[in-house]
Amino acid sequence: MPLLSIRNLQKSFLSPEGGRKVIVHLPAFSLEAGQQLALRGESGSGKTTFLHLIAGILAADQGSIRLGERDMVGLNEPGRDRLRAQSIGYVFQTFNLLQGYTCLENVLLGMSFGPGADRARATALLERVGLGARLHHYPRQLSTGQQQRVAVARAIANRPKLVLADEPTGNLDRRNATEALALIREACRESGAALLLVTHDPEVLGAFEEVSDFATLNRVGEAAA
Amino acid sequence: MTLALIIFRSLRQHLLSTIITALSIALAGGLLMSVWTIKEQSQATFTRVNIGFDAVLGPRGSKLELVLNSIFHLEASAGNISQADYDFVRHHPAVKLAIPIAVGDNLRGFRIVGTVPELFSAVEYAPGHTFAFAAGQVFHPDAKEAVMGNFAAEKLKLKVGDTFHPFHGLAFNPNEQHADTYTVVGVLAPSNTPADKVVWIPLHGLQTMSGHDPRAANDLSAVLIQLRGPSAGFRLDMMYNKQGNRLTFAYPIGAIIADLFSKIGWFDQVLTLIAYLVALVSAAGVLVSIYNSMSARRRDIAILRALGARRRLVFGAVVLEAAVIGLLGMMVSFGVYAAIASGVAAVIRTQTGVVLDPWVYGPIMWQAPLAMTALCALGGLVPAWVAYRTDIASTLAPSS
Repeated sequence: MPLLSIRNLQKSFLSPEGGRKVIVHLPAFSLEAGQQLALRGESGSGKTTFLHLIAGILAADQGSIRLGERDMVGLNEPGRDRLRAQSIGYVFQTFNLLQGYTCLENVLLGMSFGPGADRARATALLERVGLGARLHHYPRQLSTGQQQRVAVARAIANRPKLVLADEPTGNLDRRNATEALALIREACRESGAALLLVTHDPEVLGAFEEVSDFATLNRVGEAAA
Repeated sequence: MTLALIIFRSLRQHLLSTIITALSIALAGGLLMSVWTIKEQSQATFTRVNIGFDAVLGPRGSKLELVLNSIFHLEASAGNISQADYDFVRHHPAVKLAIPIAVGDNLRGFRIVGTVPELFSAVEYAPGHTFAFAAGQVFHPDAKEAVMGNFAAEKLKLKVGDTFHPFHGLAFNPNEQHADTYTVVGVLAPSNTPADKVVWIPLHGLQTMSGHDPRAANDLSAVLIQLRGPSAGFRLDMMYNKQGNRLTFAYPIGAIIADLFSKIGWFDQVLTLIAYLVALVSAAGVLVSIYNSMSARRRDIAILRALGARRRLVFGAVVLEAAVIGLLGMMVSFGVYAAIASGVAAVIRTQTGVVLDPWVYGPIMWQAPLAMTALCALGGLVPAWVAYRTDIASTLAPSS
């Protein structure tokens, strides 16, 4: 049984012209536990919306998103929040660290909505990503590469089953991008989490053994709005 | 821990607006508590102050003016009464003790009151307390000697052995100095009554002061009276106020002062209303302060939500943050209260000799902080609703 199983997923938004525009229409998609998959997709193709649907940040119009035994679509918002906090790690393109919190607090805060804050684990994770000496630094005191490392530590802090990464190297230079990507993949491997990464960067895609084309999966043309 | 951390960090991130808002709360809370406490304390203290007397007999006129003039040593004297009137009331069977006073002179603005030595020995100005001397002794009734009230001695920098020339009139005019020289023979210990701001001299001395009209040499300003019982007061009230028309019998003193407070009650209400308005404006300040920073906070809120924080948690965090600002402000407000209340108490002491104690516990001390904190939390509801409605997807990363 796959870790993530998606069937007939559809999401539409109100368009400025009136009416609804379908952004995501996925008849089927699945991801095995521990699998690492990169999704190729151009800007505006609906990749982020797709990840938001999996994470429960957005509610789907229809379909099912099964994460293990739980169907994200069937949950109310607090249920989706809980499932996201407990089972999903999220790495954003813009890192989305809380600027008023130290590195350690950023990781601890992420943990506190899931299984609970564990200072020792948070510290160990930050040491693991090479920021042991920067525990009490604020994001603004770090380089962009270091900030993304904090975001990676935060994403895997709750021992998620699935890590979603949305253009995680988009704001990094090539050297930092390579390091960050390697770190995300290693961290997921070590923690046993599956990784679903979306990007349009050919170099990032080239690093993955498994790559799918989001445009092929996302059949918006076949959807009835 | 999470909630506390979120609130603490948010307060720190918006430190300047936190401080300014908390200070406005402190000002409002301090003002509210000061107005309330001064009002309560003044009313309670002034209606209790009678320096041991039940009634005052004086010339025909206002009872309030008579009490203010003879007990609180404020206002001008309404006129004089004769020695015969004093002798009559002194020997009236309803009267236990009658102490004559005469006014008309001052010492650099401090009122000089002529009286008899019995005031300092036979009268309990408060239950169980007779006037005590910090230094020296009571004056001789026929000598040019003075006993200084404690506050007057302190302000005039006079001690036992010092001499002074009285000035004519109740208001200080340096050109109106009398030729008589008085020697300070005693300084009263603090009594926290209007007696503290008086320069006491023998009755005869004031009556015969150089420059005073010799025809009034036996006249008195008022007679302070202790009665043998409550019914005696009503009998004398009937005799002087209802049947007679020459004199005024002010009784009971506390009720007359209470009447004064009821007449100026509108002023209290205005002050209280202003304090309430300031409190309301400050709570609105919390709303505006947090609301204005919502655009800066929205991203943080969206990140927290993306990490799994529920809507109700971010809602609660904003409301609690507003309440904490209110609480911080109210903690500081005790300092503001101390400054305002001490200042007002000092002015009241200077003007009346009556000492208010701003630190006497009153329910307003917990009611005001509680109410202000609740009001601030209420002010936090609007920005909290904005936080509650924050959409994660549109607030966070650009779509791809």
